Amino acid sequence: MDLITIIFYFFAVLIVASAMVVVFSKNIMYSAFSLLFTFFGVAAIYVLLNADFLALTQIMIYIGGILVLIIFGVMLTTRITGVDIKSGLIGKMQLGITGIAVAILTITLGVMYSNVKWFIRDAEPLKDTISPIGRMLLTDYLLAFEAASVLLLIAIIGAAMIARRKKNIN
Amino acid sequence: MGIGLTHYLILSVILFGLGIFGIITRKNAIMVLMGLELVLNSANINFIAFAKYGGMNIEGHVAAIFVIILAAAEAAVALAIVLNIYQNYKHVNVDEIDRMKE
Repeated sequence: MDLITIIFYFFAVLIVASAMVVVFSKNIMYSAFSLLFTFFGVAAIYVLLNADFLALTQIMIYIGGILVLIIFGVMLTTRITGVDIKSGLIGKMQLGITGIAVAILTITLGVMYSNVKWFIRDAEPLKDTISPIGRMLLTDYLLAFEAASVLLLIAIIGAAMIARRKKNIN
Repeated sequence: MGIGLTHYLILSVILFGLGIFGIITRKNAIMVLMGLELVLNSANINFIAFAKYGGMNIEGHVAAIFVIILAAAEAAVALAIVLNIYQNYKHVNVDEIDRMKE
């Protein structure tokens, strides 16, 4: 057991455990805060995979942006007493069927992933990732980059338009 | 034996399964959104794992960046829609919302 193995398993267990809390917790606030640990764990996995810039982006955008948005959404819309999971016999049946289907899907994909002989080329050793990413964004992926920036602008305008309180026009 | 590509793929498939389960079973629209974020994160782990082990190199990182951009845009618009739904319905249960205007 070298250090990389121990770190990987630690963060893998952290990710899976906190994702389970996200999915199975009855209290939506616990889910939102548990999502924080999932995002942090995924950022650590990125660091293990030599993606330093992606790890920073993950922390800044997911935790600093999306998670804050989600927590705001939870606080603004949820009554604490609301029951989230369907109750009763039909609800239990739906839960069971969905659980079985998802388990089958997961196990099938896992078996597929572990049996495939990937044609693996040796990765080129990277010193840093930031300058190659920047160069690639402004050369090969320039069109996608511009499209993404226009998309973000449209998303901002659209979100502001939708969330705005409507005046009564009579 | 060290940590290889398969370990990361298995981790991402577990995350994917949990996310799908959350999307299907929860009623609250924000919980559905959280499940979606889990699924997007698992896709990103795959991209970066193939970037290191599968020879995608830096292109995998660029693909992951675009996924993060799309996730941010989607979260903003979805939250706006959820707030709007809450103003009309006083709840955000996705299985009881069947009208687009009153």
